[in-house]
Amino acid sequence: MDPAVVDLSRLQFALTALYHFLFVPLTLGLSFMLVIMESIYVMTKRPIWRTVTRFWAGLFGINFVLGVATGITMEFQFGMNWSYFSHYVGDIFGAPLAIEGLMAFFLEATFVGLMFFGWEKLSRVGHLFVTFMVAIGTNFSALWILIANGWMQNPVGAVFNPDTMRMEVNDFGAVLFNPVAQAKFVHTVSAGYTIAAVFVLGISAFYLLKGKYVGVAKRSMTVAAAFGLASALSVVVLGDQSGYTLTDNQKMKLAALEAMWETEPAPAGLAAFGIPSLAERKTHYEVKIPYVLGLIATRSIDKPVAGIFELVATAEDRIGSGVIAYDALEKIKANPKDMAARATFETHRRDLGYGLLLKRYVSDPRMADAATIKKASWDTVPNVPVMFWSFRIMAGIGLLMIALFGTAFLLVTLRKHQTRWFLVLAVAAIPLPWIAAELGWVLAEVGRQPWAVEGVLPTALGASSLSVPQLWTTIVLFTLLYGSLAVVEVGLILRHIKKGPFAEQEAFASDAGEPAVA
Amino acid sequence: MELPIDYATLRIIWWALMGVLLIGFALTDGFDMGVGALLPFVAKSDQERRMVINTVGATWEGNQVWFILGGGAIFAAWPFVYAVSFSGFYLAMFLVLGAMILRPVGFKYRSKRPDPRWRSFWDWALFTGGFVPVLVFGVAVGNVLQGAPFRFDSDLRSFYEGAFLGLFTPFTLLCGLLSVAMLVLHGAAWLTVKAEVGPVTERARKLGETAGLASIVLFAAGGFFVAFSGMGYRLEGLVDAAGPSNPLRVVSVHAPGAWLDNYSRHSWMLAAPLLGFIGTLIALLGLRFNKAALSFSGSSLSAVGIISTVGLSMFPFILPSAIDPRSSLTVWNASSSHLTLFIMLIVTVIFLPLVLAYTAWVYKVLWGRASTAALATNPDLY
Repeated sequence: MDPAVVDLSRLQFALTALYHFLFVPLTLGLSFMLVIMESIYVMTKRPIWRTVTRFWAGLFGINFVLGVATGITMEFQFGMNWSYFSHYVGDIFGAPLAIEGLMAFFLEATFVGLMFFGWEKLSRVGHLFVTFMVAIGTNFSALWILIANGWMQNPVGAVFNPDTMRMEVNDFGAVLFNPVAQAKFVHTVSAGYTIAAVFVLGISAFYLLKGKYVGVAKRSMTVAAAFGLASALSVVVLGDQSGYTLTDNQKMKLAALEAMWETEPAPAGLAAFGIPSLAERKTHYEVKIPYVLGLIATRSIDKPVAGIFELVATAEDRIGSGVIAYDALEKIKANPKDMAARATFETHRRDLGYGLLLKRYVSDPRMADAATIKKASWDTVPNVPVMFWSFRIMAGIGLLMIALFGTAFLLVTLRKHQTRWFLVLAVAAIPLPWIAAELGWVLAEVGRQPWAVEGVLPTALGASSLSVPQLWTTIVLFTLLYGSLAVVEVGLILRHIKKGPFAEQEAFASDAGEPAVA
Repeated sequence: MELPIDYATLRIIWWALMGVLLIGFALTDGFDMGVGALLPFVAKSDQERRMVINTVGATWEGNQVWFILGGGAIFAAWPFVYAVSFSGFYLAMFLVLGAMILRPVGFKYRSKRPDPRWRSFWDWALFTGGFVPVLVFGVAVGNVLQGAPFRFDSDLRSFYEGAFLGLFTPFTLLCGLLSVAMLVLHGAAWLTVKAEVGPVTERARKLGETAGLASIVLFAAGGFFVAFSGMGYRLEGLVDAAGPSNPLRVVSVHAPGAWLDNYSRHSWMLAAPLLGFIGTLIALLGLRFNKAALSFSGSSLSAVGIISTVGLSMFPFILPSAIDPRSSLTVWNASSSHLTLFIMLIVTVIFLPLVLAYTAWVYKVLWGRASTAALATNPDLY
C-alpha cells in the first residue's frame, strides 16, 4: 500500500468530515430550540413567538441543507476511499449507518419539508409535532452515527471470521449499548446544543446592540441562555471521559492528551500546562493539579493511570501474539480444514490487529525482527502535542461557555438584556464552540491512530487501492466545491440576519401588524 | 445461535430488498431528478421555474433518503458490493456526489436572491443534479452487466484495473441514456400531476412523449445487446447457498448469452421486461390523452419493470468481474453474516412500513398542484 494514498485518503476524510460537522451541530441544537420556541407559541398563542420560530427556522434551513449535502459524501466515502475497511468491518459498521437512514434520516428529511411549507396547512399543534419529529430525527441520526463511530473506538460484540476474512457481529446488543458510544452521543449532542445556543445568543446580542428587533432578540436570548447553560454544563460534566479506561487505545488516548509518559500513581494529577516533547519522550514545565485526573479517568482516588511507556510495552507483547495469529490465519487460508491452526488462531485472535501493524514495515509480519516490533509498538502512540493542545483548547472553551451562559442566565433573570459589555462578548463568542467541536473530533480521531478500528484494523490497511492522481483530483475538487458553498452559505446567513425577522412575514395579514418592539 | 430464517433465504430476501430500495429511489427521487433535468426546458420564465421547483420543493429531501439508505443498506447487507463498486467506480461516484451536493443547495438557495444570474446558475445546478447522477447510474448498471475489471487478493482486498474513461462504452452509454429517458418520462409525468395546468404541463407532455419513445427504443436495443454481444456469467459446480461470504471459494465463468438463462428456466420472469414496455406505453397514452394519474402510474410501472429486468437477468450475480470471473460477487458469496442480515431484516420490517406511512401522510397534507399565484403570497416557497 502506497503511504501517499493512505495519507491523502486520511486528508480527504478529515477535510470532508470536519466540514460536515460545521453544519451538523447547529442542526442538532437549533432543531430543539425551534421546538422550545414553537411550544411557547402553541401555549401562549402570541404571534411574536411564531415570528421568533420562523426567523430561526429560516437560518436552520440554510444550514440544514449543507449538512444534508455534505452528509451524502460521508455515507459514500467509506466505500470509495476506505474499501478494505468497508469489507473488513462492514458486517458491523454498515448496520448503524443503514438504521440511521431508515429510522432517523427518513424522519427528519420527510418532515423538514413540511416544517417549512406546512405553516398554513397544519394546525398549531400539528405543526409543532412536525418540528418535533425533525428534532427527534436529527438527534437519532447522531445516535446511530456515534454508535458506528463508538464501535471504531471500542469494537465490542464482534469477532474475526477467518473464512470470510473480516469481523462479524456476534452480539448486536453490545454494539448498541457500547459505553463509549453512549458517552460520545451525550457529549456530542450537548456540544451541538451549546453551539446552537451560542449562535442564537450571539445573533440576538447583535440585534440588541443595534437596537433592532428588540422583542424578538430578547425572547430569543432568554431561550438561548437557559438552553445554553444546561447544554454547556452537560457537555463538560458528561464529557467524553467515561470510556477512557476501557481499551488499550482509550488508555493511550488519555495518556497522550495528558502527555503522560510515565504511569501516574494514585491519586493521579491532571496537567494544567506543559510543553510535550516527542523527541525526548517527556513533558517540560509541567504544572499538575492533584487528584483531578484520577477522578476523571478512574472515578476514584486510589487507582493509578497508565502512562505511555507502560502502554507501549503492552502493545509490544500484543504484537508478538498478533504475529502468531497472523501465521495461523495464513495456514487457514491455505487449508481451511487445518484444525490445529484454527485452535492457535482462537487463542491469539484478539491480537491479530496488532500483528497487522507490522505491515507498514514488512509485507509479511512473520518476517519482522525485534527492532521492527519495537518500532511498531511506538506507532500505537498518537501525536502527543496535537492531542495535548487540542484537549486544552477544547476544555478551556468548554469552561468559557459555562461562564458565558451562567452570566447570560443571570442577566436574563434580572431582565438586564441590554448589558452592553456582555452583548459584545456574546457576539465575539460565536466562533468559539465550533472550534471546540472540531478539536473534539481531532482529539477523538487523531487519538484513535494508528487504528481505523481500535486493535482490529490499522488505518494504513483500510484504504482503497486508489492512485495518487485520483485522490488529488477529488481533494482539489472537494475543496473548491466546499469552499464556494461555505462562502455562499455565510453570505446567505448574513443576508437573512440583515433582513431580520419580519422581512418574510410582510405578506401575511396576521403578522403584518406585529410591532418590531414588543 | 439458531435463527428462525436460514442464511440462503435471508440472502434472497436481501437481494430482493436491495431491488426494493433501488426501485423506491427511482420512483421517488427519480421524479425529482427528472424534474431537475427538465427544469430549463419546461419552464422559461422565473415564475414558471419557481413553480416547477415547488412541485418537488417540500418532498425532495425525504425522497433523497432512498438514495442515502440505498448506500447504507448495501454497506450493511452487501459489504463486498459496497466496497468494490464504490472504490472501483471512484471518479464516477465523485461525479455523482458533486452533482448531488449541488442539488439540495440549489433548491434552498436559488430563490434567496433576486439576481437573475444567481437564479440561472442554480437552475443549471439543479439540472446537473438531476441529469448527471441519473446518467451515471445508468452507465454504472451497464458496467455491472458487462462485468467490471476487479479482482481480489487472498486477503480479499479488491483491486480495480480499469480507468474512468473505460466506463463509457457504446453499451454502457446506451444504458445511461435509457436511465435518463426513463426518469425524464417519470419527471414529466409528475409535472402533469403536480404543476399548474398551462404552458409548463404542455411542454412536459411533449418532452415526456419523446422520452417515453426513446425509453422503448433504448430498452429494446439494450435487450439485443445483452442477448447477442457476448455478455453473461455463470456459476460452475456445486454452490453452497449458505456458505461463507468469500468470493474466492465459488467458481464462476464468463458465459456469453447467460443473462438470458433465467428467462428460459423461469418464464414468469419475462413479466419484468414486459412491464418495462407496457408501463412506458401506458405513460405515453396518459400523456397523449392528458390523463395525469395514468401517466404517472405508467412511468412508475416502467421504472419497476426496467430495474427488475436488470436484477432478474443477472441473478444470482450482483457484480461480475470481467478480468477474474472467480472474484465475481453473487448473492451466495457477497453478503453480510447470517446474524447481521437477520437483524437488519427485523429493523426493516419495523421501520420501512412506518416510513411509508408518514411519507404518505406528508404527501397528503401537501396535496394539490403548485401554482404561480401562490409564489406571491407564501414566503416559504422556494
